[in-house]
Amino acid sequence: MTSLDTRTPLAAKTIANYGRPLWRRWLLSRESAVIVAVILVWVVASGVVPYFGTTTTLGFLLLDATPILMIALPMTFVIITGEIDLSVASTLGLSSVMLGVLTKGGVPIELAMIVCLVVGLLAGAVNGFLVTVVGLPSLAVTIGTLALFRGIAVGLLGTTAITTFPPFWQNLAQARFGLTGIPVVMVLVVVLIVIFALVLHFTPFGRGLFALGLSKDTAAFSGVKVNRAKFIAFLLTGLIAALAGIYWTLRYGSARGDNATGLELSVIAAVLLLGGVSIFGGKGAMHGVVAGVLLLGVLQSALRLANVSSDAINIIIGALLIVSVLSPRILAWARRLRPSVARQRK
Amino acid sequence: MLFQTSSKRSVTRALSLTAAAITLALVATGCAASTGGSSTSGPSGAKNYKIAFLPKQLGNAYFDTSDKGGAAAIKEFNGTYSEVGPATAAANAQVSYINTLTQQQVGAIVLSANDPTALGSALTQARAAGVKIVTYDADTDAKYRDIFVNQATAEGIAKIEVDLITKEIGDKGDIAILSATANAANQNAWIELMKKDLAANHPNVKLVDVVYGNDDDQTSFDKTAALLQTYPNLKGIISPTTVGVAAAARYLSTSSFKGKVALTGLGTPNQMRDYVNNGTVTAFALWNPADLGYLASYAAKALIDGTITGKEGDSFKAGKLGTFKVGANGTVLLGAPYTFDKSNIAKFNF
Amino acid sequence: MSLTSTKRPPTNAVARLTGQFFRSRETGILAALVIVIAVTTIVNPTFLFSTDGFRDLLLTPSILILIAVGQAMVIITRNVDLSVGSVVGLTAYLAGRLFIDVPGIPIIAVFLIAVAAGALLGLVNGLLVAYGKVPALVITLGTLYAYRGINVLWTGSNRINSSDMPQAFLGLGTQTSLFIPSLTIIALVVVFAAGWYLRNRRGGRELYAIGSDPAAAELYGLNVTRRILVAFVLSGALAGLAGILFAARYGTTNSQTGTGLELQAVGAAVIGGVAIFGGSGTVYGAAIGAVLLLTINRALPILGIQDFWQQAVVGALIIGAIVLDRVLALRLFRKLISERQVSHD
Repeated sequence: MTSLDTRTPLAAKTIANYGRPLWRRWLLSRESAVIVAVILVWVVASGVVPYFGTTTTLGFLLLDATPILMIALPMTFVIITGEIDLSVASTLGLSSVMLGVLTKGGVPIELAMIVCLVVGLLAGAVNGFLVTVVGLPSLAVTIGTLALFRGIAVGLLGTTAITTFPPFWQNLAQARFGLTGIPVVMVLVVVLIVIFALVLHFTPFGRGLFALGLSKDTAAFSGVKVNRAKFIAFLLTGLIAALAGIYWTLRYGSARGDNATGLELSVIAAVLLLGGVSIFGGKGAMHGVVAGVLLLGVLQSALRLANVSSDAINIIIGALLIVSVLSPRILAWARRLRPSVARQRK
Repeated sequence: MLFQTSSKRSVTRALSLTAAAITLALVATGCAASTGGSSTSGPSGAKNYKIAFLPKQLGNAYFDTSDKGGAAAIKEFNGTYSEVGPATAAANAQVSYINTLTQQQVGAIVLSANDPTALGSALTQARAAGVKIVTYDADTDAKYRDIFVNQATAEGIAKIEVDLITKEIGDKGDIAILSATANAANQNAWIELMKKDLAANHPNVKLVDVVYGNDDDQTSFDKTAALLQTYPNLKGIISPTTVGVAAAARYLSTSSFKGKVALTGLGTPNQMRDYVNNGTVTAFALWNPADLGYLASYAAKALIDGTITGKEGDSFKAGKLGTFKVGANGTVLLGAPYTFDKSNIAKFNF
Repeated sequence: MSLTSTKRPPTNAVARLTGQFFRSRETGILAALVIVIAVTTIVNPTFLFSTDGFRDLLLTPSILILIAVGQAMVIITRNVDLSVGSVVGLTAYLAGRLFIDVPGIPIIAVFLIAVAAGALLGLVNGLLVAYGKVPALVITLGTLYAYRGINVLWTGSNRINSSDMPQAFLGLGTQTSLFIPSLTIIALVVVFAAGWYLRNRRGGRELYAIGSDPAAAELYGLNVTRRILVAFVLSGALAGLAGILFAARYGTTNSQTGTGLELQAVGAAVIGGVAIFGGSGTVYGAAIGAVLLLTINRALPILGIQDFWQQAVVGALIIGAIVLDRVLALRLFRKLISERQVSHD
């Protein structure tokens, strides 16, 4: 759990934190609060909402959360480096359309999947190239590629939707492990989570991402290859978004140009607001992100089962996002009155 | 703020976050508590008349009207009516709602599908759990549902649209279509049939373009403007969607094309009243959405009762609408579309 | 920024003005717009030379221009306002409701109330950003959901139809005086007022200073909080104005009105040369960007490009514009460096 020392750039605070035992530091982190919230909402909902505490609910919940969960992993990398990628949902849609077009054209689905992943890598490379080599702000670049990739996806398919895929793969996308309700696809998701968490927190590359999110120059002088690291982060985002696109297509059995429109906002909300990753970069942890996505999923599922209307659900989620952003800030604001902290701000 | 000492800062933060989460959990609980009780009601052994309407999206006047009709029917046979749905018309959002309704063990789901196949596996699971599936307004593939309550045959809709427009333009000249979304199965089917009808029976009428307003007021409005400029010789527009025809009428009524370019389509009387009265639109067609919802409710009841199973030839009673027969492919037909014009529009309010 | 002072002033005013015109970023985007209009008109003369064609050319972008101007002012301070689409939706519905619930209400009163409501929503954004010290992207993403949620709760499945609003009000959305639509006149007045304020007034210059380097601006003693607040209030007020004009132009509003406008507004500003990291760009650029974006949308079908590809073209355009900006900025930087070396010799 050495990861937590990067949560704040304030040296004094870091030292103060190290003055406590490891378990206390871990328990008091924002990530733990989100994890506690997930468990709490789950327990309360199981007790109060009819049909919530069933394996079926668990299964649907995980199936619904899978695309967001997958994309949130590389998105965390990108945001920790201080960049952002708004084009992920469009890459997902493009990958979905490619899978449809290729399988319809007689390409074996396994080969089509590989092509989709390559398309995802290419999409990520376009973003990465424009951000690192040309030196453009990622917000502007990915607003552009959000429109571009979605436009290509919609343009390729037009009015048609492709709906015939091999039943084996379609069934796999929603198969469960016996009666546990846990979808088979979670194996893939868990493997991805473990890999991304290990890379982020326990490899020089991952530590480098934090370093360059905190200060690009300092990171460069410390031997971090800034542009290469950012480029890889964008590549990974494209790749995983394409993977999520394949999953999406198979789960819903439908390749359409408008698949997953607007999903980028859900991903970013989960990562940034609930997951505790800082939009300024340099701060965040993988277990927080995973817990953030799950909190979103559990709340949505519980509220739906409780017959809360979709509009009210959106408002509740929106309120949760704002509260989760503001609560530490309001405290920080109060603390700003203290001279020692005020000096360190910015 | 009370907490000032540095040792308490992190504690405070963790506490505040936990408090936030608890508050939200309580909100969820509160909402749940108010609705949770009703789901266990109903004597055992009685038929499960819990019927849930799942329109393409909430906040759409058309579905509002049809679902009210459905609610009225359910009240007649003492069932429990509910309406759930996504905020935007996306297929995957409907999947989540189908799953939820399956878990809540409703008796039947009355559904207007956003995608003919994407809902398939969710619907299959629902039926495996004993839930009857009635589609209305927009169908899924036949294998995923028990009954489709069809507002009017596709042929009937295509024919009345073509008849109205060709009559207004004197059976010759260029026309265009302003449709809903590019993937809308209904509209695409109607457009195909319109094309055939035009080619076969109206050789002097040429369909020059089909554009998509995405059932969005602004987009439909701007597409109408673009159509009129792209094709200066345009004589008429068909817009087989309630949003599109209203937006097109609004554009025409304020442009120099008013009265020169004919417009017809599927619209609701309330949205079209002004444009019919000021002469922008001569006539338009629609079925009665309230009757559609009403009939769908009775079809759901008949399925729950076991009166019908969805096979051809079954028949059931639908309250004030009389007796209906199940046709080929498990389809029940509401009737022929109704034409609204200046002489009768004042009589309708929906 | 002190580098610019080493530039030698051209000899006379005319040369200076023409020089400025050809160097300015807005010229390129204006040229692109002229080319699009020219090519489309050659393919189909009614695009420009018909009463409706000319009117729509001016009318269609007017609402987006208002939002893009507000967005530009916020982006110049190194912030962003993603909630504008939801603000447009709320104020458009508010305007419709006022006409229904308060029979005989003067149109001007509805305008003032809608603009004030927009300003209030903008103020909420500004307060959260300025005092909450939370990045604008995050806050306005939150208020995008929150404002839309309020709108949906309030509106439900209601829809305000044109028959609910007075004819005089609806006329504003389409009528023209001297061939220029009223909406366009409103948009132009806003553009020039905002342009003048940003260029000539202390408050306007301070927005640039804050966007160039917030820390330096604060050290220099500028009231950063107040300026950012003003930028968000203006953006909200303009979105409110756009909302009521939306009701007038389209004659109908429901709970989804204005969805997705935020990306168009940011796109227009970026195409028009407003740097996303603040400190540079003009509202004129943003306004021309808005016109170009919507004119291309209308031109593509006339040029025979299918509907479905429009979004791809818009995306390519945004990327093209920011790459161009980068290239121009690099060239200017090199030029300034070499000028400095010359002057040091």
